[in-house]
Amino acid sequence: MPKELWKGNEAIAEAAVRAGLQAYFGYPITPQTEILEYLSRRMPELVRAFVQAESELGAINMVYGAACAGARVMSSSSSPGMSLMMEGISYIAGTEVPAVLVNVMRGGPGLGNIAPSQSDYNQAVHGGGHGDYPRIVLAPATVQEAIDLMGLSFDLAEKYRMICMLILDGNVGQIMEPAEMPEMQPVANRNFDWATNGAVDRPRRILSSIYINPPDEEATNFRLAKRWLEVQANEVRYREYFLDDAEFVIVGFGTAGRVALSAVRAARAQGIRVGLLRPITVSPFPFQVIDELAVRARVFLVAEMNMGQMYNDVRIAVRGRVPVEFYGRTGGIVPFPDEILAEIHRIAAGRLAAEADPRGAWLARMEAAR
Amino acid sequence: MQKEILIAGFGGQGVLFAGQVLAYAAMDAGRVVTWIPSYGPEMRGGTANCTVVIADEEIGSPLVKHPPVVIALNLPSFDKYEALVQPGGMLVVNQSMVDRAAKRSDITVVFVPGNEIAEETGDRRLLNMVMVGALLAAFPELQLDDVKAALKAHLPEKHQKLLPNNFAAMDKGYEVAKGQLETAAV
Amino acid sequence: MTTPVPNNVVYDRPEGFTETPTHYCPGCTHGVAHRLVAETLEEMNLIPRTIGVAPVGCAVFAYNYFDTDFVEAPHGRAPAMATGMKRVLPERIVFTYQGDGDLASIGMGEIVHAAARGENITVIFINNANYGMTGGQMAPTTLPGMKTTSSPNGRDVETQGYPIRVAEMLATLDGVGYCVRRSLHDPKNIRLAKKAVRLAFETQVRGLGFSLVELLSTCPTNWGITPVQSLKFVEEHMLPAYPLGDYKVTPSVATIKI
Repeated sequence: MPKELWKGNEAIAEAAVRAGLQAYFGYPITPQTEILEYLSRRMPELVRAFVQAESELGAINMVYGAACAGARVMSSSSSPGMSLMMEGISYIAGTEVPAVLVNVMRGGPGLGNIAPSQSDYNQAVHGGGHGDYPRIVLAPATVQEAIDLMGLSFDLAEKYRMICMLILDGNVGQIMEPAEMPEMQPVANRNFDWATNGAVDRPRRILSSIYINPPDEEATNFRLAKRWLEVQANEVRYREYFLDDAEFVIVGFGTAGRVALSAVRAARAQGIRVGLLRPITVSPFPFQVIDELAVRARVFLVAEMNMGQMYNDVRIAVRGRVPVEFYGRTGGIVPFPDEILAEIHRIAAGRLAAEADPRGAWLARMEAAR
Repeated sequence: MQKEILIAGFGGQGVLFAGQVLAYAAMDAGRVVTWIPSYGPEMRGGTANCTVVIADEEIGSPLVKHPPVVIALNLPSFDKYEALVQPGGMLVVNQSMVDRAAKRSDITVVFVPGNEIAEETGDRRLLNMVMVGALLAAFPELQLDDVKAALKAHLPEKHQKLLPNNFAAMDKGYEVAKGQLETAAV
Repeated sequence: MTTPVPNNVVYDRPEGFTETPTHYCPGCTHGVAHRLVAETLEEMNLIPRTIGVAPVGCAVFAYNYFDTDFVEAPHGRAPAMATGMKRVLPERIVFTYQGDGDLASIGMGEIVHAAARGENITVIFINNANYGMTGGQMAPTTLPGMKTTSSPNGRDVETQGYPIRVAEMLATLDGVGYCVRRSLHDPKNIRLAKKAVRLAFETQVRGLGFSLVELLSTCPTNWGITPVQSLKFVEEHMLPAYPLGDYKVTPSVATIKI
């Protein structure tokens, strides 16, 4: 297919349609509303289900119902709406049914603003709903990557009977880039052997997240954890830039990763041996590649559009062997490449401690510069 | 090669579409391109802007602090971006909406009476195409004909009847800017 | 062990039930309500086509008793889950079974909007004027002056608000095809309730919109009275507050003969 200029949000919506999306349930919230609007036209045109729900609570539970029925289903929202969905997310995880969710993140906490942010990393990767459940989280940085990952997300969700979430900062939702759409896949009846779609010619099925007997719940948690080990072994994805001889390693996902790429190129032009690792799956996190890089890198710098959330995961992988520095912009502000370039200069020049948390010093520098 | 263009003005001046036309032309020319609307703190003050990045390889940041090329359609944009244009860069200003001369001498500033030209061409909404034409007078990365072809190729069928006026607006902007640049070069 | 087969069966387990004994308290009318649904599904040959949605509340384990596919919803969200299922499986019969805390308190948003959208689902709504599962707290349907564990001096409407009449309220919505209130306090009313449950499922089978049957039920354990006294309580105190009746029967539903 030829490339077309696609806006991130609309590209995601069309990519989902082409992956055989059977049902979409959502609620308007900026900056992801284009996904809902696009599908409000596209889904009925294809005689597929679309409902604008009464709330994100309604939407996520419609997703839950359709997922139990074995349908390819998704919802999308932005940060405050995602918080509302957390109840249903936990139930979906506990019921072990596949569902795909998109969070186009905006500045927070609270009502925050509508500008791009990455401050829901912890909610998506480490927290969110109650209980002990794993989930796959993909962080596209470009429109093409968003399209490709959208299709993949359904396959992953179904393969592992797990929630697969795309987290995009608002920039990836709003940007337009030339991109190629995949071929249209027909809606398929996947005949899952767990789906509650009517007990015609088979024994009845129950789908529930309730395990009133604690040993059964523990067995469920063990089952989820075992499945997660499989995900960790098979599904880690990331992009490497200029890492072969890198003394300094920047780690950034989504737009922060893109901005870092510009800074890395500028620093390379000045002769600084710096490279970039851009995680694409932030859950499962690329611990192993960072572990290997930590053997030869002198300093890591984590760049994020939050107060240092993925930062903690990078530190876990680096295990105190070399300093892990931090640079972030928050509240809806996107860093410019110059800012990261200045950080590269700083770490390339400085004597940095491996053990101390550098975020206090970072905060002091940011406040001094305001 | 990588070149960034920032277009800024009031909402309703066609800022976003002007950027999209350039993005389409770059895409059709086989370039890597990004277009991103102002989206964030810059949205305050009633100004809209978008940034187009044209490159030969994977684009990193879709936003730059110091763009080499800026189109300013109103005074607030002129005020804000004159200071930010890269030294040696170019600033194309809608003269109809500003009441002062340029302050910097280390950049090329082109003044185009965009509103008047648009109205003469038949519709004040053609302002954005006048200014795109003006930009192309000094933007070797894209040719005027490429941009016209892109507009024709990507404009929905129902708007195709608007093409002649849009082309005329681009031509006039191009001529005015070309004339000024040549005069300055002498 | 083989079960002896009597010659003159007058009462048996309906096919819509599994063999699991229910966990409901003695004298509670949940069992009666369950039976009416199971009998209806059997009579209409809907058992293999039906998917139930259990609530959070006393009926949380409803999925153990009905011999159909079943899912268990988060508290109050059963109508949203049912919406999701029905939209992707329009040929299936989807019903929710919800109590008053689930439907009329935490799930009020979901039920109102499912009804307003005219979702082709059936809702069996059990109104027993309290939160049974958590030990008898005040529900939106608790009567004025009624003592519960969270209104120990009796529901004071000045500070704790007034009861919500769900059937009347939902009947105002255009998406609703069938919306009635019945009671389970005596055999005659149970027969009328059965007919209403049947009509509600007939409404869904015909695609005539949202259907809901509100059933006035007892809760002897949390009301602190005997089962017989509980039936009397329904008759004497709940019927005046929650009048039985057909609050909405659209003309097309009215033509259904059963």
